[in-house]
Amino acid sequence: MSDLERLDRFLRTDPRDVGCDEAMAVLHIYADLVAGGEDAAGRYPGVAAHLLSCGPCGEDFAGLLQAVTGG
Amino acid sequence: MTAEGLDEESAAWLRRLGAGESERLAAERELHARLVRIALAEVRRRSASTPVTGQELDDIAHQAADDAMVAILAKLGSFRGESRFITWAYRFVILEVSSKLGRHYWRNPPVALDAGQWERLPDRFGIDPARHAETAGLLAEVRRVVEEELTAHQRRIFTAIVVDGIPLDALAARLGLQRGAIYKVTFDARRKIRRALVANGYLEETGLEQR
Repeated sequence: MSDLERLDRFLRTDPRDVGCDEAMAVLHIYADLVAGGEDAAGRYPGVAAHLLSCGPCGEDFAGLLQAVTGG
Repeated sequence: MTAEGLDEESAAWLRRLGAGESERLAAERELHARLVRIALAEVRRRSASTPVTGQELDDIAHQAADDAMVAILAKLGSFRGESRFITWAYRFVILEVSSKLGRHYWRNPPVALDAGQWERLPDRFGIDPARHAETAGLLAEVRRVVEEELTAHQRRIFTAIVVDGIPLDALAARLGLQRGAIYKVTFDARRKIRRALVANGYLEETGLEQR
């Protein structure tokens, strides 16, 4: 990825992004879907968009997924 | 699955946590032990991205587990079985770890609030030092938009998060705001900056629709 692409990717906003509150409200449901191999992003596209864009929520998701998968 | 639609393990947790004193206390001890284990693993997983170290990290983990336990017991009635019980419970402790690390950041912060370290912006965007000269015009335009087109609130938050690299949860704790409020400000600032860069020919308007 070029420097320009990296900057562009950072600045891009996804209109599906539901924001922190909505993503955190269903984080446990989303994590169980992912852990179970289900199409979590298909069921919750706005949450998937948010977790890709929001560092802290993405970290929380990574931590929860690790916790429930025994990592 | 049980009659209530819960998996067996979740149903067992709920039954034990609602049982008579000795069974309930045993279940609470078991759940708390699990929360401590998850919290310790989580602070270690995040240790590279926080200035908090050593015993303070372990203390945060234990505090997070204690506070999560209180919250879980208080909200047990709101568990609707949309996930496994243990996933629902672990969510509390993960969020407590996040929140506490954010607050503890300010005990020994690597950068002060409102430092405005614009010279570090190329590093923040991961720009190769050999290409700093090539991207100088673009980054100067980013700075111009931040200084001239963002509101004072947007400017302060964007500068703290993006330019100075202050963790979002730490900034939220310092400013007394919710994570979601800070994120929304940075979301709007990113959109505004990108629109200006597109309008001035630095970036192309392609890909995802901008709201």
